[in-house]
Amino acid sequence: MSTSETITGKRLMRLRVNGEPHEVAGHVTHSLLEVLREEMALTGTKHGCELGECGTCTVLVDGEPVYSCLMLAVEAEGREITTVEGLALQGRPHPLQRAFSDLGAAQCGYCIPGILLAAKALLDKQPNPARADIEEALSGNLCRCTGYTKIIEAVEQAVREVQVQEGTRA
Amino acid sequence: MLRLPDFTYIRPRTLAEAAGVLQELGAEAMAVAGGTDVYPKMKRGQFTPRYLVSLSRVEEHRGIRREEARGLWIGAGETLTAVAGHATVRREFPALAAAAGLVSTLQLRNAGTIGGNLFVDTRCNYYDQSFFWRQAVGFCLKKDGDICLVAPKSRVCLAICSSDTAPVLSSLGAEAVLVSARGNRRVPLETLYRDDGIDYLAKRPDELLQGVWIPESSFGWRNVYLKLRRRGSFDFPVLGVAAALRLGAAGACEAVRIVLTAVASAPKVVEDAPRVLCGKPVDAAAIEEAAELAMRVSHPLDNADMDYWYRKRMTRVYVTRALRQLAEVGATTAGPDAAPV
Amino acid sequence: MKKNGFSVIGKPLPRIDGPAKCAGDTRYADDMVLPRMLFSRLLRSPHPHALVHGVSAKRALELPGVHAVITGADVPTKFGIMPSTQDEEALAVDKVRYVGDPVAAVAAVSEDAAEEALGLIEVDYQVLDPILSIEGALAAEDHRIHTWNRHANIQKAVSFEFGDVDAGFAEADEVFEGTYFFQGNTHLPMEQYCALASYTPDGKLTLWSSTQTPHYVHRALSRVLGLPMGHIRVVATPVGGGFGGKSDPFSHEIAVAKLAMITGRPVKITLNREESFYVHRGRHPVKMWMRTGVKRDGTLTGMWFRSFLDGGGYSSYGLATVYYTGALQTVTYELPAYKFEGVRVFTNKPPCGPKRGHGTPQPRFAMEVQLDEIAEKLGLDPVEMRLKQVVAPDSVTVNGLRVSTIGLRECIEKVAERSGWKDKHRALPDGHGIGFAASSYISGAGLPIYWNDMPHSGVQLRADRGGGVTVFCGSTDIGQGSDSILAFAVAEELGLQPEDVRVVTADTDLTPVDLGSYSSRVTVMTGNAAIQACGNLKERLFEVASEVLEVPADDLEMEEGHVRSRSLPDLGLAFAECVERAETRFGTLGATGSYRPPRHPGDYKGAGVGPTPSYSYSAAVVELHCDADTGEIRIDKVWIAHDCGRAFNPLWVEGQVEGSVYMALGEVLMEEQIFRKSGVHKIPSILEYKSPTTLETPPIETILVETDDPEGPFGAKEAGQGPLLPVIPAVSNAVYDAVGVRIHEIPITPDKILRALDQRLKDPTVPDFAFPAPIRWAPGQGVEVPQKS
Repeated sequence: MSTSETITGKRLMRLRVNGEPHEVAGHVTHSLLEVLREEMALTGTKHGCELGECGTCTVLVDGEPVYSCLMLAVEAEGREITTVEGLALQGRPHPLQRAFSDLGAAQCGYCIPGILLAAKALLDKQPNPARADIEEALSGNLCRCTGYTKIIEAVEQAVREVQVQEGTRA
Repeated sequence: MLRLPDFTYIRPRTLAEAAGVLQELGAEAMAVAGGTDVYPKMKRGQFTPRYLVSLSRVEEHRGIRREEARGLWIGAGETLTAVAGHATVRREFPALAAAAGLVSTLQLRNAGTIGGNLFVDTRCNYYDQSFFWRQAVGFCLKKDGDICLVAPKSRVCLAICSSDTAPVLSSLGAEAVLVSARGNRRVPLETLYRDDGIDYLAKRPDELLQGVWIPESSFGWRNVYLKLRRRGSFDFPVLGVAAALRLGAAGACEAVRIVLTAVASAPKVVEDAPRVLCGKPVDAAAIEEAAELAMRVSHPLDNADMDYWYRKRMTRVYVTRALRQLAEVGATTAGPDAAPV
Repeated sequence: MKKNGFSVIGKPLPRIDGPAKCAGDTRYADDMVLPRMLFSRLLRSPHPHALVHGVSAKRALELPGVHAVITGADVPTKFGIMPSTQDEEALAVDKVRYVGDPVAAVAAVSEDAAEEALGLIEVDYQVLDPILSIEGALAAEDHRIHTWNRHANIQKAVSFEFGDVDAGFAEADEVFEGTYFFQGNTHLPMEQYCALASYTPDGKLTLWSSTQTPHYVHRALSRVLGLPMGHIRVVATPVGGGFGGKSDPFSHEIAVAKLAMITGRPVKITLNREESFYVHRGRHPVKMWMRTGVKRDGTLTGMWFRSFLDGGGYSSYGLATVYYTGALQTVTYELPAYKFEGVRVFTNKPPCGPKRGHGTPQPRFAMEVQLDEIAEKLGLDPVEMRLKQVVAPDSVTVNGLRVSTIGLRECIEKVAERSGWKDKHRALPDGHGIGFAASSYISGAGLPIYWNDMPHSGVQLRADRGGGVTVFCGSTDIGQGSDSILAFAVAEELGLQPEDVRVVTADTDLTPVDLGSYSSRVTVMTGNAAIQACGNLKERLFEVASEVLEVPADDLEMEEGHVRSRSLPDLGLAFAECVERAETRFGTLGATGSYRPPRHPGDYKGAGVGPTPSYSYSAAVVELHCDADTGEIRIDKVWIAHDCGRAFNPLWVEGQVEGSVYMALGEVLMEEQIFRKSGVHKIPSILEYKSPTTLETPPIETILVETDDPEGPFGAKEAGQGPLLPVIPAVSNAVYDAVGVRIHEIPITPDKILRALDQRLKDPTVPDFAFPAPIRWAPGQGVEVPQKS
């Protein structure tokens, strides 16, 4: 067991969240979801089942969407974690946030943080996704309010907005 | 919020170390890779390990690579996303790309590993429930109880194999490499499964899967995986059909393997399929006969989503469709349910 | 710029809560943390039906970290949403009535400690046989779930005859009969139930809860805890989805309030997903029988409808639900005679209640499928057959409901046209089908839940020097956008921008009563109250502006942040300056507005369910593929037209329509609240209770039909529930068009389609039951009600 690491109880975790380093005392049994919400007060990340069955708690780890309810916080150490609070750039909403707000894609809003992050991961990889790509990328996130219609339209609008911005810059 | 019970978390750096720890700690320890099956089950009290042996720091079970003459190596620690997206997998084994890409959701596939999916716990809707629920119905054979609630006369647990990738890799003749304190062994993957919902793996608890080889001889086989479930994501298979066949130059079927999932506690090989398919072109009559045989060995029970008679009947439809796709000229691709990855 | 004479109404502007929700900044109940907060969990019954002889918390109380345990004896007062059926207990006093019925509650320093303590509470149960079906409930004469009700396990049986139904059937050329079954399903909002209570040393209790009805929770807390309402404050936090599921006062709310009073510390409870299936209050399973008489040309001559509702263990809204299954069949197509009989029974399952459409999707499914069959048999186009007999505007139905505006004809015509109905119906290849249905819903219940003559909705408006405006209203934003409705209504009336209006809602300390977010009432009722409050404020502003500008008050209007002369548009006074002058003149500026719905003609006992300020109308066409080998359905597209009176904001209305279509598709294709023979919920998880993902949700084309209803604020009607109704029967009718089988059961699952194709699917059965003698009524008997339009 020489090179094995054994972790019990609480320990000081070094987590990099939304570009900032944080030190928090977290229990080894705590999911990333619990540490974000309960130790770091980042309550923008929601939860709907804690079993990986609804998508509500989606965050990005090294840019990839994962369910924060199924990842131990200790496994997130040393990795880049992005939550909804980290989407805005210098106080300006991300184009996805703006489009979701403008089109009324957030009704009750509870699933929206997770969906925004799933959508961001898609756009980071695929700047010009087809509708089917968007549907596929968001198929791990349930929404009970919108029928996904305005959500998909908002992703499409954000795509256009980013293209216009980049066109202007170019 | 559902939370995990207390445990000690051990992170070895090598598989041998991990195997050693598992052997030393015995029944109170459990290995965890992506955690997507282990953590929900711990939260519901189905798994109650005091020690979790994490494979997250292990490197030697990673990598997907083609080796001439040896075949394709897929490390057990690769995520399902990595497997589904790998160029060689997609080109040569679209059935595997499809199966890996159809597990649950993107988020889950980003964390869950192929090793975890191959050895995923058998499922049953009397078992995959909270402690409260199981207490309310009276516990079952698989956890905390002494009878099977699906079929009270059954002496074995009838929980079903719910892996998407196991039937595909079995159909491709994959071999598993297992590591333990006593050394490594390489065995045909399909021999690792037992038709017993509790004791569903023919391996010792301290044996860890390093990865699988798809042998060189399986290259060039047409292969397909079709999955039945209620929704296009999240859901486990309630029926899966993996089919692989090799066609000769004249268009006659030289070899074929059909393996079902979610119809028993182990992936179910349709043993008689080669008898009715081999040595002739894959025509409608042969397909019908093979599909009928598959349906006969398919025994879904009332312990998963959708009616069991329906799942049995769908075995014939899905096998027919799988074989039709494979028989089509130039066909290599996955089924209609295959997600773009 | 004003459109249709409005500056913000009717424009696709963003909601006021959008930016915060998209920033993750909105604080839902479970996001709240108070100093010294304790955590609660509920102990729930593992038995569907049992007597509780005793509960011992001794061992639980010895567990470190446990501060209190309460049982039924601590909160014995019965409560319930309807005044006449108060049959719930926060924690079981002597009996449990479904698996999941709460028995005890713990307050501890952590959720883990509270959970552990539950395992140490000992309950002495005497298990009773459970009653799990409608037939079982009706048969079990001597084995009762409740004792307060008059007869066995019947919560309520009702019977009405409007006009002469025998004559209607005698006049018919053809009479059709059918039986139908609509399985129960649940709301499944993404946010789990959560409540947080604080009891401060001054003897005041505050409860924050994810509730759609803070006013009713306020009343229930006062009743059960024995505190004056004035000592209790209920705040509805932003609700992460409700759909009717958060409309009752709940055990967990009362439990944390009581625990906070006992411990003197704040206590929070968040139910897990499994528990939400036990709390339920969702769609009732309903068995139905319908007989319809028609002339050869499809004209309806009479209808007789029977409904049998499986209510679960408690009454909840069930009294209203049973009436709703019979109320709205009359408001879409002319119906000269109508008989309705309904009964709701108790069973040992989680209580059913109001879910989007409350009691009306089930009969609408039966009716629209039967009409499709009638059209088929008579060789008529189902769209044309319905168009011929659409109810006339400004008319009174056979059951005494007053229809004001009705855009149903236009809805039907529009969906038929956009979908290419004429070219597709009965013309698509095998396995490919198209179906149609139409429906109606209320824009708010005409009567309050407890009898009173007070306003249903109240608004207070405050104008500050500096020009700030705050609107206070008890309404509760559950995601439908009711906070934005208030901001936009006030902005429109006062000539301001919506972002300049602060909205304070759903706080019983701060806001005047609004009855809650149910029955699609909020836009119409709070909108009207807000307009009235603005009118009262404007009187004062115009009085001072008139003097300053030297124009008559009736020449003034408010636009673009100014009070302006209509005749001399250059003449104006900035809003802020006008407010200062008004405050100088009158003192602190405030204004109020109230709204109560108008009366309807029906004056028989039971006429309280069905009336509304206005009826919304919807029509839907569904195109789908159905695989005859697998029975699998793929919805290709849904076209839906909705008469929303006026689109208060087309984006928000579309959002409500799209969400309704989605929820309907879930119900018709896959969602089921089902139980094992032992009475245990079969699939209480969000994995196995199937909710459609993006991959099952088709493109939805929404067409808004505007009728400018005189009763609505700016002409608006409801949009949040009605559009669910036509989609379900339209799918059933499309399946018939695709593969030639009629499915009389919801959900329409692949196995049922295969059974039907094999001719093995039996029609649902309905029980034998002797309904009471009907209450008879006919138009002309009721009170005269002047028409507003």
